[in-house]
Amino acid sequence: MSAVTQPMNPAKLVARQQLALQDADWVRWSLIAIAVSFIGLFICLPLGLVIVKALSKGVEAYWAALSEPDTLAAIRLTLLTALITVPLNTVFGVAAAWAITRFEFKGKSLLTTLIDLPFSVSPVISGLIFVLLFGAEGWFGDWLIAHDVKIIFAASGIILATVFITFPFVARQLIPLMQEMGSQEEEAALSLGASGWKTFCAVTLPNIKWALLYGVLLCNARAMGEFGAVSVVSGHIRGLTNTLPLHVEVNYNEYNIVGAFAGASILAGLAVVTLVLKTVLEWQQAKR
Amino acid sequence: MSRSSIMPGFRPTIGFTLIYLSLIVLIPLSTLVFQSFQLNWDDYVHIITNKRVLSSFRVSFSTALVAALIAGFFGFIVAWVLVRYSFFGKQFFHALIDFPFALPTAVAGIVLATIFQPSGFLGKLLIDTFGVQVAFKPLGIVMALIFISIPFVVRTVEPVLLEFETSMEEAASSLGATRWQVFSKVIFPNVLPALLTGFALAFARGVGEYGSVIFIAGNIPYVSEIVPLLIVTKLEQFDIEGATAIALTMLVISFVLLLLINLLQFWVRKRSGQL
Repeated sequence: MSAVTQPMNPAKLVARQQLALQDADWVRWSLIAIAVSFIGLFICLPLGLVIVKALSKGVEAYWAALSEPDTLAAIRLTLLTALITVPLNTVFGVAAAWAITRFEFKGKSLLTTLIDLPFSVSPVISGLIFVLLFGAEGWFGDWLIAHDVKIIFAASGIILATVFITFPFVARQLIPLMQEMGSQEEEAALSLGASGWKTFCAVTLPNIKWALLYGVLLCNARAMGEFGAVSVVSGHIRGLTNTLPLHVEVNYNEYNIVGAFAGASILAGLAVVTLVLKTVLEWQQAKR
Repeated sequence: MSRSSIMPGFRPTIGFTLIYLSLIVLIPLSTLVFQSFQLNWDDYVHIITNKRVLSSFRVSFSTALVAALIAGFFGFIVAWVLVRYSFFGKQFFHALIDFPFALPTAVAGIVLATIFQPSGFLGKLLIDTFGVQVAFKPLGIVMALIFISIPFVVRTVEPVLLEFETSMEEAASSLGATRWQVFSKVIFPNVLPALLTGFALAFARGVGEYGSVIFIAGNIPYVSEIVPLLIVTKLEQFDIEGATAIALTMLVISFVLLLLINLLQFWVRKRSGQL
């Protein structure tokens, strides 16, 4: 121990170091207060309001609004849309992730960028492009009219626009994960004589199942809740081409507040269920 | 190279990927470009320089910018609090952050409009105490976009804060830095690229946002009419050319802005030594 001149006595230095590693109590509590009130104002309040408004004229009015034929038709169309959209984009996500993470080829990063493209397109434009393709004045408009096929202002247009909007969800969850995992385990299985399909089912799938479910969950939430793109291609025909979000809009614009918020409460419930499942999936992923 | 020879399934997966991508994304999006070729330059300029169109661009981009800045500021605080402090109900708040992602935009729209309209819970309070009307003004659009933007900022900043090495803070503090110096000179520069990414995502989403905005905005031309709504209006009037011209312009501006923000991010990363 050489006698070096100390700038500060050690006890003071330790105290100061701790000070520089932790925020002062008043900073901590005011930041927590700001964060909590911000979340409360922008998230808890809206959630609470949906329930209050939906039940504002009593439980009976709520049930009446939900069991209206137009509401039921809207729920059916929303379910149908998700039922077609989610499996399609899931199969695509798995195939794209397999091709991108297990092989080297030219233009790979371009492909990854293109897959993300629908995220950076406004929902309204996503609807517009299908009107340009299949609308009465669109590229295939004459052909469709001649063959009496309806895509715009019909369920198939709604499904197409939703497939576009939710296109990247599953692929996006899988690509980084499978990249990180590497392919050693699969190579081991293959070199031991397993078939490609068996390798995928027995080796890859167990490793990616939580991320896959996570992607499916987000894809489904968006498919059921999409509004902008669907509203452009739907034509708002009551009982026929209104999905649940569009039905909510129509009711709201007609000042049918209970009807609007009854529909909204189902969608908010869907959001809450999505969040709960998402949290569970995150725990499962963290456990691995 | 051995890896591509033993792995099966390249042809079917890449084939399916490319066909599906082309059918669902590339061909539909290309219609926007081809359709606008049918317009000559003068017509295009005439549509875009229309006063109502220009003011909708101004409203869309300025509200998205302000909302992304506010969400960036508060989102950073929320991420900081959720990562660094422990308090009662933290897990609950943590799970709630993604609520705006999960909630359909139309629901968000009618809820925010109900809260902030002049007779609504907060709308009345704000008018009575500050004389500020939120609904049917650009301010209302900003509110809706803040709601939409929160998860983008929090979810991009959070992982960086979590992974941040406290040893760097220890080094700085043992060299005599104050807490504020540690934060502003050590922590913040490291989080800045992520914060910029969150800001960019929030901004890009805000410019194109439709469902959560239209109910609270009131959609008054020259005041609170956003570009996506104008596209819908043109379509409803069967003005396909107008809608296409505006849509393509908006798409190009958004891509250019995203590119600029990516460059900025690259520059910040380079400067702070993360590259």
